[in-house]
Amino acid sequence: MSTATDGAHGDFEGAKLGMWLFLFTEILLFGGLFLLYSAYRSVYPRDFHNGGQHLNAVIGVANTVLLLTSSLTVALAVTALRRGERRLSRLCLGATVALGCLFLFNKYLEWSAEIRHGIYPNSPQLLERPGGEQLFYGLYYSMTGLHGLHVLAGVVLLSVMLVMLRREGAARSDYTKLYNSGLYWHLVDVIWIFLLPLFYLAA
Amino acid sequence: MTANSQAAAPAASYLQAGARRGIGAWIFSTDHKRIGILYLVSMLALFVVAMGIGVLMRIEQLTLDPPLLPPQIYNALFTVHGVIMIFLFVLPGLPAVFGNFFLPILIGARDVAFPRLNLTSWYFFIAGALLALAALFTGNGPPDTGWTFYAPFSIRTGTNVTLAVFAAFVLGFSSILTGLNFITTVHRLRAPGMTWHRMPLFVWSLYGTAWIQVLATPIVGITLLLVIAERLFGVGVFDPAKGGDPVLYQHLFWIYSHPAVYIMILPAMGAISEIIPTFAHRTIFGYRAIAYSSIAIAALGSLVWGHHMFTSGMGELANTIFSLLTFLVAVPSAIKVFNWTATLYQGSIELKPPMIFALTFIFLFMIGGMTGVMQGALNVNTHLHDTYWVVGHFHYVMFGGTGMGFLAALLYWFPKMTGRMYNLKAAVVSWFPIFIGFNMLYFSMLVLGAMGMPRRYYTHLPQYHAGHVVATVGSFILAAGMLLFFANLAVAAVRGRKAEENPWGGVTLEWQVATPPPPENFEAIPVVRGRPYVFNPEVAR
Repeated sequence: MSTATDGAHGDFEGAKLGMWLFLFTEILLFGGLFLLYSAYRSVYPRDFHNGGQHLNAVIGVANTVLLLTSSLTVALAVTALRRGERRLSRLCLGATVALGCLFLFNKYLEWSAEIRHGIYPNSPQLLERPGGEQLFYGLYYSMTGLHGLHVLAGVVLLSVMLVMLRREGAARSDYTKLYNSGLYWHLVDVIWIFLLPLFYLAA
Repeated sequence: MTANSQAAAPAASYLQAGARRGIGAWIFSTDHKRIGILYLVSMLALFVVAMGIGVLMRIEQLTLDPPLLPPQIYNALFTVHGVIMIFLFVLPGLPAVFGNFFLPILIGARDVAFPRLNLTSWYFFIAGALLALAALFTGNGPPDTGWTFYAPFSIRTGTNVTLAVFAAFVLGFSSILTGLNFITTVHRLRAPGMTWHRMPLFVWSLYGTAWIQVLATPIVGITLLLVIAERLFGVGVFDPAKGGDPVLYQHLFWIYSHPAVYIMILPAMGAISEIIPTFAHRTIFGYRAIAYSSIAIAALGSLVWGHHMFTSGMGELANTIFSLLTFLVAVPSAIKVFNWTATLYQGSIELKPPMIFALTFIFLFMIGGMTGVMQGALNVNTHLHDTYWVVGHFHYVMFGGTGMGFLAALLYWFPKMTGRMYNLKAAVVSWFPIFIGFNMLYFSMLVLGAMGMPRRYYTHLPQYHAGHVVATVGSFILAAGMLLFFANLAVAAVRGRKAEENPWGGVTLEWQVATPPPPENFEAIPVVRGRPYVFNPEVAR
C-alpha cells in the first residue's frame, strides 16, 4: 500500500532542504548573539581589547584545529558511506566523535581555569572591572557555552549515527541521515570559526 | 504512488481509519488532518481561557476606587492574557490548524513532508502550553511583565518570569518546525501540474509565513534564552549596571515580534482569499498581486521593528527610516484589500456565514491597518505611544483581522473537516453580538487612547470612566457572541446533519476529495491542469 511515505521519507532532496532550513535557524540563533557582540564592541572597543588579552589563544587555536579536522573526517565518513564502505565510514565517524569530545575536554579545562581566576558572570572580581569587560565575558560564556552545547548535541547525534551504521540498514535512508548529520557538524564548525577571532584574537 | 487495493473498497474517512482507538489514535497519529484537529481543540480551549481573563480585565476597569482586584493581580492578568493569546492562539492559529489540515490537500499531496516532525511540533506546543500554565501557579506568583518581557524589569522582578519565558522558547521551536515542514512540503510535494502560479492563495500565504517563522523565530529564541541566563547567572547583556543596554533587548525582541504579527495576519489573509472567490462565484482578481504581496509583506514586515521603539531614544535617523518603512508595508496590505474588493465587483455574492465573517475581516482589518499607519507617523506616535490607542489598534488587527479570519476559515472548512454542517442561522445570529461587542470594546479603546489613557494601568482617572464602561459592556456582548458561535459548532460536531461534499461550491482541490477526507487524501495523486478559482459561469448565474 502506498502511504504517506510518498512524502519526503526517501526524498533525499526534501530531507536536505529541511536540514538546510534548520541550519538557517541555528545561524540566526547565533546571529542574535553576534548582533549583541558587534553592538557592544563598537561601544566598548577598549574593554573588549583588554578582555581578549586574558583568554588563552593557544587553547583556542588548538580547538580550531580539532574541529576543522573533525569536519574533514565527517566529510570522509559521508563519502565512504556513499561508496558503500560502511566499515571505513564508521571509522571516520568514530574519529569525528573522538575529536568532538577532545574539543569539549579542552573547553572544560579552559573554563575551569577562567573560573579559578575568578572570571565568570557575576563574580566579585568581574564586577570590579569596567562594564565593557563584564559584557565581553558575559558574551564569551554565553556564546562559547551555547556553541559547546551544540558540539555536545553533535557528538550525541554522530554517536547515534555510529550505532545506526553498525546494523545493516537501508543504505539509502542511512545515507540521508548521515549526510544531514554531517551538515549539522559542519555548521558547528563554521560557527566556531567566527567565535575564534571574535574572542581569542580580539586583543 | 498507485491507487491499488484501496480502489476496490470505498475509503473510510480519516476520522475512522487507523489501527489505534481512543485518545491514542489522535495523539500518536502523524496524519496531518488529525494533527490539525489536535491543534484546533487545544487552541480553542486556551482561547476561551484567555478570553475569560480578558473579560476579567475589563471588569477591573468597571470600578474606579477601590479596585475589584489588587493591582498585582491585574499585572498578572494582562501578562497571561497576552502570553496565551499571542503565543498559543494567534501566532500558531491558522497555520497550525488550517495549514496542517489543508496545505497538503490544496497542493495535491498525501501529507506534509515530515509527518513525524509535524506531530513533534504539536508536542512542543502542548509542552509550551503546560509550562506557561505552570508558570501561573508555581514560583513567586504569575509573571507581571506583560507579554513583551521587557528588560530590565523582566530581569529584576521576583515573579515567575523564567518559566514563562522558557515556555515561549519551547513554543518558538514548535513554530519553527511547522514552518520548516511547510516550506519543504510546498517545494517538494506539489502534485504534477501544480506550478507555483496554480497554487491556491492560502498556500502562498502559508509559504510566506513559513519563511518568517523559520527566519525570525530564532532571534526571539536567543533573546528569551538570554533573559533566562540573565536571571540565573547575571550575565549582564541587558543590565545597565553591568554595561548592558536594555534598549538592545527591545531591538532583539521586536526583530522577531514585529515579523511575528505578519506570521499572525498573513495566513488569515490567505484564508480570506479562498473564501471571497467561492462566495462571489468569481475568479480572484489579481492572483499574482495577492500572491506576491504575501511575500512582500513577509519581506518588508521584517524591516519595520523599530516602530515599536520610537520613544526609546534610538535616534532621529533610525526613527525616520523605520517610520518610512512602516508606511511602505501598508502598500502590499492595501493591494490585497483592493483585490478582494475588485473580486466582489460583478460577482454573484452569496452571504453565507463564512462570507459574512470574511467581509467583517476586511472591514475591521482596514480600521486596524489605517490606525497602524497613523501611529507609524513619528509625531502622532509620541502622543499615542503606550496608550489604549495601541491596544485598540492591535486588537483590530489581531482579533478583527486574524481572529475574524480564523472564525471565517473555521466556518468555511468546518463541514469538510468534520463531515457535519452547523446551523447556518445560529452562525449568522452569533455574528451580531460579535460585531457589535467588538466595536464597542475596541473602538472605545482607540478613543480612550487618543484622550490619553495609558495602557497596563489597573485603574483610571474619572474622565475616562464613561469610555471604560462602554468597553466593558462591549466585552460582555462580544464574549456572549463568541460563546454562541463556539456552542453552535460544538453541537454540530456532535450531532450536526451530514455535510455535503461541496456545500459552498468551492473549486480548489479540498472540495474534490470526500467529506471528511480519506486518510491519505487522494487515492491517486491528482494532475492539475489549470489555474485555481476557475468558476463555471453557469453557477454564477
